Amino acid sequence: MSTASVSLPAWINYGVIPLLNLVLAFFFSGLVVWAIGENPFEALQLLLIGALGRGEGIGFTLFYTTSFIFTGLSVAVAIHAGLFNIGSEGQAYLGGLGAALVALSLDHYVPWYVTMPFAVIGAALFGAACAAIPAWLQAKRGSHIVITTIMFNFIVSSLMNYVLVRLLIVPGKMAPETRTFLEGGQLPKLDWLIALFGGRLGAAPLNFSFLIALLMCFLVWVLIWRTKLGYEMRTLGISPSAASYAGIRYAKIVMITMLISGGLAGMMALNPVMGASARLQIEFVGGAGFVGIAVSLMGRNHPAGIILAALLFGILYQGGAELSFDMPRITRDMIVVIQGMVILFAGALEYMLRPAIVRLYQQVTGK
Amino acid sequence: MSLDSPKEPAIELVGIDKKFGAVHANRNINLTVAKGSIHGIIGENGAGKSTLMSILYGFYHADQGEIRIFGKPVAIRDSQTAIASGIGMVHQHFMLVENFTVLENVMLGAEGGQLLRKGVATARKELKRLEDDYGLEVDPDAVIEELPVGSQQRVEILKALYRGAEILILDEPTGVLTPAEADHLFKVLRVLRDQGKTIILITHKLREIMAITDTVSVMRRGEMVATRRTAETTVEELAELMVGRRVLLRVEKGGANPGKVLLSVRNLTVKDSRGVTMVDDVSFDVRAGEIVGIAGVAGNGQSELLEAIAGIRKPASGEIFIDGQPAAGIDPAGLRDLGLAHIPEDRHHMGLVLKFEEYENSILGYHRDERYGRGAMLDLDAIRKDAEEKIAKYDIRPPNARLRTANFSGGNQQKIVVAREIERDPKMLIIGQPTRGVDIGAIEFIHKRIIEMRDAGKAVLLVSVELDEIRSLSDRILVMFAGKVVGEKSGEAGEQTLGLMMAGIAA
Repeated sequence: MSTASVSLPAWINYGVIPLLNLVLAFFFSGLVVWAIGENPFEALQLLLIGALGRGEGIGFTLFYTTSFIFTGLSVAVAIHAGLFNIGSEGQAYLGGLGAALVALSLDHYVPWYVTMPFAVIGAALFGAACAAIPAWLQAKRGSHIVITTIMFNFIVSSLMNYVLVRLLIVPGKMAPETRTFLEGGQLPKLDWLIALFGGRLGAAPLNFSFLIALLMCFLVWVLIWRTKLGYEMRTLGISPSAASYAGIRYAKIVMITMLISGGLAGMMALNPVMGASARLQIEFVGGAGFVGIAVSLMGRNHPAGIILAALLFGILYQGGAELSFDMPRITRDMIVVIQGMVILFAGALEYMLRPAIVRLYQQVTGK
Repeated sequence: MSLDSPKEPAIELVGIDKKFGAVHANRNINLTVAKGSIHGIIGENGAGKSTLMSILYGFYHADQGEIRIFGKPVAIRDSQTAIASGIGMVHQHFMLVENFTVLENVMLGAEGGQLLRKGVATARKELKRLEDDYGLEVDPDAVIEELPVGSQQRVEILKALYRGAEILILDEPTGVLTPAEADHLFKVLRVLRDQGKTIILITHKLREIMAITDTVSVMRRGEMVATRRTAETTVEELAELMVGRRVLLRVEKGGANPGKVLLSVRNLTVKDSRGVTMVDDVSFDVRAGEIVGIAGVAGNGQSELLEAIAGIRKPASGEIFIDGQPAAGIDPAGLRDLGLAHIPEDRHHMGLVLKFEEYENSILGYHRDERYGRGAMLDLDAIRKDAEEKIAKYDIRPPNARLRTANFSGGNQQKIVVAREIERDPKMLIIGQPTRGVDIGAIEFIHKRIIEMRDAGKAVLLVSVELDEIRSLSDRILVMFAGKVVGEKSGEAGEQTLGLMMAGIAA
């Protein structure tokens, strides 16, 4: 019997099911931890304390969360128009170049709050530029966006190697990175936010881009559900034939959507480049673009869900780092296994539990 | 419900009950079908016919009730048990592998062992026997996609018989057939019945019920409201039972009062995505205040013609004028601005986004209009208010603009489209299959609206595969065959004349 068509109340769809998936993911991760001879409960405790126990931990958690919100939004916007953008990683990387060029040119002359809007635009423009060619190829030539965006990740990676090693490197230094931005090119830390809750940020790099990320969540929500453009994107995403009937131009929407998606990915660079390290470093994205796919999937492509999912992955990243520090047998790779479990159960196996829950719900409600 | 019958029953349904969430799809259904008879089940869309048959074929499980096949209670868990109990189903949309041969399709799922050779030999022999016994001629080595629709349907019947079906369920079998093909199907069904098979025919066409069934049951809102011997009932009685009130079966309309030409098509040629010419050098005019119907068997270029006029498909050559202005190559949004409204053939894929809520669909294509929000924004309050007005005016049920469109019945979905297109007060309206899969009550309603549009001085172009619909609505009828307009008749043309033209025999 088919249960896919039965509609469940929102609190089950968006509350119970993700939670159960998460429990399953932690259960299997626990088995792995137990198999290598550590106590899974202790490990979970260490992970949670590491991520949420102190102000500094929270600062790191929210720092990672910020990056994942940007990339999650990037993936979600594309998905609403039926496009699977796997290129957020590369778009974020190129976005870093945009942000860095703005910071390098302005940091001598103006305070951060003047630099910031230009940096946001610069990062978004470079990210959008990186998405533009795959978008054009999809819109006009029908080359599949999944393939082209993946390939662009490699192209951008090589390009950035060249730019950093040959052009932007500080003369006489070995590290392929730009000079450190002056204060005019940095985003301020959010000490006050953590202080509000009585904690201390310490060395954690949580910065102003967290607030930009939250603002983008709101703007994406408005775009998708309150604008004519968002209506056209959703129509195209659900039913391309209905879109063509309605006179919605495929090529135009694909282009616009991918530019927005790439722009959001590009803005992710603000967080590590201008907020944390105050310079453009090689491979600074570190997989956040791919985590964005899981975040968007788990957050049901809705900004509110994306914030929660990004927070979860932030906790896993920060808590995982602490865990591998405290339990030597749990290496960095083990943390990747746990993250993989979460992606597997919350993302890929999203609908595994659904039929059973539908039946249970029907029995309980007597329908 | 049952009629006293001397023959033993093939199927007995006792107290079948099924709910989907809040929807009570089947309420305490009792039905007995005698062996060796043709039993019709009619009812409006959403009356629960398909659910009942899905329960019988194992797609759904009844919440309560018992199914007895040839007197024995059977628990039908899935379609395999249904097949094993001797039930075969011919779906409305064929379940055939298009690039397999007839033989391969018939064998599919019953290959008989790891190697094909033995199975092929048995299947070939069995097919020959079925052909001899029932007059089901199909070339076993023909590839499905090269067969006409009528033959494809015969393959579906063969598939069921090959699996030993004693009971055949046919779901809206004539929807895609020409009148001649339908007659042939009925001949086959009569032979099957005379050889002792039991046949259940689900349809919304009352004429078919009268023509072929022995007994008929009427469903309404999940209930079996009546069972009659076909010989003892009338079309009017059945229609009334289906809808629950008296219905007008014939459209009442006065004479046409044609004015100036609003739509003009000149030497239009349209190719499909493979480059095959689907519309071949077609020219015609539609005037204000008249309904021009395009008759033809599905697949003779009518769909492509409509899509070209609506701006969805680019014509290969030729011209289109709307109210004197060149319109070929303008996109659908631009054509709407010129005053063209389009009710598409396929509401599921074109006219509606089924996952959207009703109000979101009520603006599809017109969403850029300032009345639905200034500038780039959507004004949800205004849209919902507008949607609710249309819901009230067109009696769309349930009256809930926040309901997902997929959860409306076919007739109500079509009303959503019709309301959207007509309420914009266009200059001209092009309509494809206005009442496909729509229940009688809604058909009556939609036909009235179309006539009203004509009487208000709009030009209406109508494409339908339902010849009755074309004949009762149109002031002029163009017949399309193989991409060409092969003739023009007045709205009073006889069915036979048009039928021959549709088959490409007469002009």
